[in-house]
Amino acid sequence: MKEFRYVITDPEGIHARPAGELVKTAKAFSSSIKLSKDKTEADCKKIFGIMGLAVKQGNEIILTFDGEDEEAAYEAVSRFMKENM
Amino acid sequence: MKVFHGKSVFSGTAIGTIRVYKKGEQQVKRIRIEDTESEIKRYRKATQAAQGQLKKLYEKAVKEVGEANAAIFEIHQVMLEDGDYQDSIENMICTQNVNAEYAVAQTADNFARMFSAMEDEYMRERAADVKDISERLLTVLHGVDETNMHTASPAIIVADDLAPSETVQLNKDMVLSFVTVHGSLNSHTAILARTMGIPALVCAPLPLDETIDGKYAAVDGTNGVIYVDPDKETLERMRKKKEEEKKRAELLLTLKGKENITLDGHKIMLYANIGSMKDLAAVLENDAGGIGLFRSEFIYLENDRFPTEEEQFAIYRFVAQTMAGKRVIIRTLDIGADKSCDYFQLEKEENPAMGLRAIRICLTRPEIFKTQLRALYRASAFGKIAIMYPMITSLEEIRKIKEIAAQVKDELESQGIRYNEPEQGIMIETPAAVMISDLLAEEVDFFSIGTNDLTQYTLAVDRQNMALDEFYDPHHPAVLRMISMVVDHAHKAGIWAGICGELGSDTSLTKEFLAMGVDELSVSPGSILPIRQIVLQTDAGAYRAGLEAGCYRNKDTQ
Repeated sequence: MKEFRYVITDPEGIHARPAGELVKTAKAFSSSIKLSKDKTEADCKKIFGIMGLAVKQGNEIILTFDGEDEEAAYEAVSRFMKENM
Repeated sequence: MKVFHGKSVFSGTAIGTIRVYKKGEQQVKRIRIEDTESEIKRYRKATQAAQGQLKKLYEKAVKEVGEANAAIFEIHQVMLEDGDYQDSIENMICTQNVNAEYAVAQTADNFARMFSAMEDEYMRERAADVKDISERLLTVLHGVDETNMHTASPAIIVADDLAPSETVQLNKDMVLSFVTVHGSLNSHTAILARTMGIPALVCAPLPLDETIDGKYAAVDGTNGVIYVDPDKETLERMRKKKEEEKKRAELLLTLKGKENITLDGHKIMLYANIGSMKDLAAVLENDAGGIGLFRSEFIYLENDRFPTEEEQFAIYRFVAQTMAGKRVIIRTLDIGADKSCDYFQLEKEENPAMGLRAIRICLTRPEIFKTQLRALYRASAFGKIAIMYPMITSLEEIRKIKEIAAQVKDELESQGIRYNEPEQGIMIETPAAVMISDLLAEEVDFFSIGTNDLTQYTLAVDRQNMALDEFYDPHHPAVLRMISMVVDHAHKAGIWAGICGELGSDTSLTKEFLAMGVDELSVSPGSILPIRQIVLQTDAGAYRAGLEAGCYRNKDTQ
């Protein structure tokens, strides 16, 4: 199990487009990948759940990775966050 | 004749028959299903078909409106595959023994309600996406044509509102215009219409019934009006307008997409000058390579207080995004002289043209300047923004600007706010700047020559004074020599130089400018294509060689 904490800098937050891209990135891995904000958790492979969190600029999110390819998933998803969000 | 006013999304004129478009109100009946397994298969097959449609729609949209605007259809594909959405539908079919249509409609309602209940305004609007994908599924399940929007003959489409997918699906040849009762100027649909170049209005309170369906009408996209059953006079006026548009469109067709390149291979950038957001449509329509002068002062002049950073940021970002990667040169606040603004509380001056104006205000009141720079640096992360400073006379001013810009950057950095460093240029509009342009060129990324002020300062002619009209000669050899000198100095330092004053659109000088090696002309949107036409027909080298003695050049360089 791996964990990644991140504060969103994008002024629009995780809106529809990055949510879609995040889901695509996450779906490439078999590990379970969860995103939580203020103790509410969503599955990174489900776009409606991610959007439902309404993550905004300045919010801190926690990503957790659990499974066989968690190392690679951590790499890919954390890079996506740093580069896009 | 009935007249309805709406907000114009895209200018242009359309005359034709109205067709009222009502969404195929899909009657969903609850039917008891025994063989739930094959019903689930039917649902999965429908999802696949819907995915196929979205893929095609995405490809169509990429070609017609660009990747950024097409992204919505990719997102819809991801949404159709959402695990919770799929599970909900399949569960309902299994446990309640219902048909796929009913399960989709119920699930759509539940998910849309979840979004509608959210506090965040942007997310609330996403309920429309849920409905859009669900309606697509229902249409596939019903086994009917993808849309009932196909009309036999070209028509003005009038609807309550249009989903982005409906807008892209419109067969462009069959749509003269579209007018919606709801919708907003910045909705996805409005942006699509703009990029597709269809005259369109939103927020036009038309009754969607037989009183307008099938009626003859004229849409004036420039003024945001639709005339239903127009009278003779109005119709005549609109026909004339349309005729003029057609002529321009024909010219556009032959010139659009062409490079601005002379016969001897000299390339030039043709950009547009804009004074407000309304001009953006014309910029795209006339195939401008970018925006060469965005007069930011309108943001200040339209307000009765200082515009906030957020207000400015929203405007700059919108322009940067609309221009999608093309250069947008935003001139910082140029107030003073003939443009005054009460809340700045500027002292009355004897000689305002030579007074406290433009960059001088910014440097004496850095708090105003900083707000604008912060908004510009932030918006720069959303497109190719360049900043241009007006009324420069010294190196010292550039040094101060750089200092303030560095502070702005540091603050944004430490606050963790996303930004990008824009290109930095200056306006050359004072004789002082011309004379030291070799030194200034070492400090900035580009020059843009403001010929209106440069002429007034060089010839010592007040351009507000009508009595001096005959002495105001922008073709004066002194002015032309200055332009030539600035261009040479720019090139020696490896930067580019353009013209954004009135003189740039003076077609009698276009060849002259090409011969001087001017890199960019920024003109009103309507002037771009006529100038492109001249550029394409000019041999700059031959023109330069053929220049007679006695023109603006020094005799010894002839």
